[in-house]
Amino acid sequence: MSVKQEEVNFARNEQSETTMMPGKFATAMRTNLIWQFIRFVIINLKMLVVVSKSH
Amino acid sequence: MARVVILGGGVSGHTAATFAAKWLGSSHEVVVVTPNAKWNWIPSNIWVGVGQMTKEEVTFDLDPVYKKAGITYKQAKAVSLNPEGSESETQPFVTIEYTGQGKEGESEDVTYDYVINATGPKLNFGATPGLGEGSQLGEHTVSVCTADHAEHANHKFLESIEKMKAGERQKFLIGTGHGMCTCQGAAFEYIFNIEHELKKAGVRDMADIKWISNESFLGDFGMGGLHMKVGGYVVSSKIFSESLYAERGVDWMIGAHVSKVEAGSIDYELLDGSTGSESFDFAMLIPPFAGVGLKAYAKDGSDITDTVFAPNGFMKVDANYAAGAYENWKASDWPRTYQNPTYSNMFACGIAFAPPHIISKPMSSPNGTPINPTPPRTGMPSGIIGKAVAHSVCDLVTKGEGAHLHEASMAEMGAACVASAGKGLTTGTAAAMTVFPVVPDFEKYPGTGRDTDYTFGEIGLAGHWIKHILHHMFIYKAKLKPGWTLIPE
Repeated sequence: MSVKQEEVNFARNEQSETTMMPGKFATAMRTNLIWQFIRFVIINLKMLVVVSKSH
Repeated sequence: MARVVILGGGVSGHTAATFAAKWLGSSHEVVVVTPNAKWNWIPSNIWVGVGQMTKEEVTFDLDPVYKKAGITYKQAKAVSLNPEGSESETQPFVTIEYTGQGKEGESEDVTYDYVINATGPKLNFGATPGLGEGSQLGEHTVSVCTADHAEHANHKFLESIEKMKAGERQKFLIGTGHGMCTCQGAAFEYIFNIEHELKKAGVRDMADIKWISNESFLGDFGMGGLHMKVGGYVVSSKIFSESLYAERGVDWMIGAHVSKVEAGSIDYELLDGSTGSESFDFAMLIPPFAGVGLKAYAKDGSDITDTVFAPNGFMKVDANYAAGAYENWKASDWPRTYQNPTYSNMFACGIAFAPPHIISKPMSSPNGTPINPTPPRTGMPSGIIGKAVAHSVCDLVTKGEGAHLHEASMAEMGAACVASAGKGLTTGTAAAMTVFPVVPDFEKYPGTGRDTDYTFGEIGLAGHWIKHILHHMFIYKAKLKPGWTLIPE
């Protein structure tokens, strides 16, 4: 049985035990081009709001 | 005709100079004094440091740009200010020493009506024995603070990769080289680029990567950390950052003051007072920043440096420097106009202004060694402040002494930050973050100090695309190409 990547990451050392770790789905979405294009638009809009509030 | 002199041609100085030249036109003179011949988009130095960009891609010659803008360019470093003039000169002036233009070593007194100090920092490698001498990088570690440093870092990085390919395990130590450093973000981005490139080179399993920093917790970033919206939750940057490190198998050591650097090892002191040493094969340690060492003299020649500058060498502005203990700190301590309180025709912007205090909670070891990040004043805030100061100075020139000064408090402005992990358009993942405001305001936001509607973080390829766009957009803007004023700071 293959071990999930997050199991490997959590087991690495004590420092890693208490944080959050992305699962397979979250990791895949980080490089999913369609999802990332949507996020690209949303992040840009959010950043533009921050920029406009700062000037 | 008024003369506005801008000391420094970095993000803040260049922004101030180019807007001042545009707003003042040819009826007044704008002078830039900078020791550098090239402008550098510093955020992309990270990619130079891992061989993903060349030095030429992140720099360009200032001379043609300043010619186009009608700015008088003096490739020189400022040495001292005489805000009252001298016994032989009635006008205030700055003494400069040329570093280029065929006048190397020559001195000149440049009179001014208004001066904007945007000298940026002195890279104070000399603060840590072995890290370097004065502002010069030492031989044991590398840096990504300048394009030249980053290019050198890449050479050393490639050597390490070759050693790993030959079967020799390598240890990478990345972070801050002193207990009072700022700019953790640059080191944060670099460590993840290193990790990404090692994976790409197929040698990740031959590398041990460790983060060392003066932050009291991972994700402090010199801003006391932040709480950001992630996946619908408001999460501490501590969890966000620890997750990034743990996922990539990067160990971390925090609350660390690097006290000494030698070939292949550093000595450190931790916040609990313990000491130790850490070995390395490749180390990129950011130096602490200090003022560039400008002196100031009164009309009679007496030294008034302490009046104009804070002890760390940064210029005093309209901040509250008497806030006292951490419990008394307020967002309103932070400067709004960046005007020097003693001499109203002097301003400072970018890293050159003296912050009222740090942002992070002050910490020191039981031995009394201060170990806490100093406030970041780079990137977006630096540009916004430069533009606001230029606007104020232009209004003072054109409307007279009573003109309204423009404001840009870091406690009322946000910042956008993209930390890449690789450079690919389909591989690697960046952390895209915004924070609003940069300096937390606990009177307005009693829990987190920030507006969590505008403080968020996200990991993904989209961040890479944004970083690529920012790289090209800001270099385009800095070159004053058509429509440059439409691009925000």
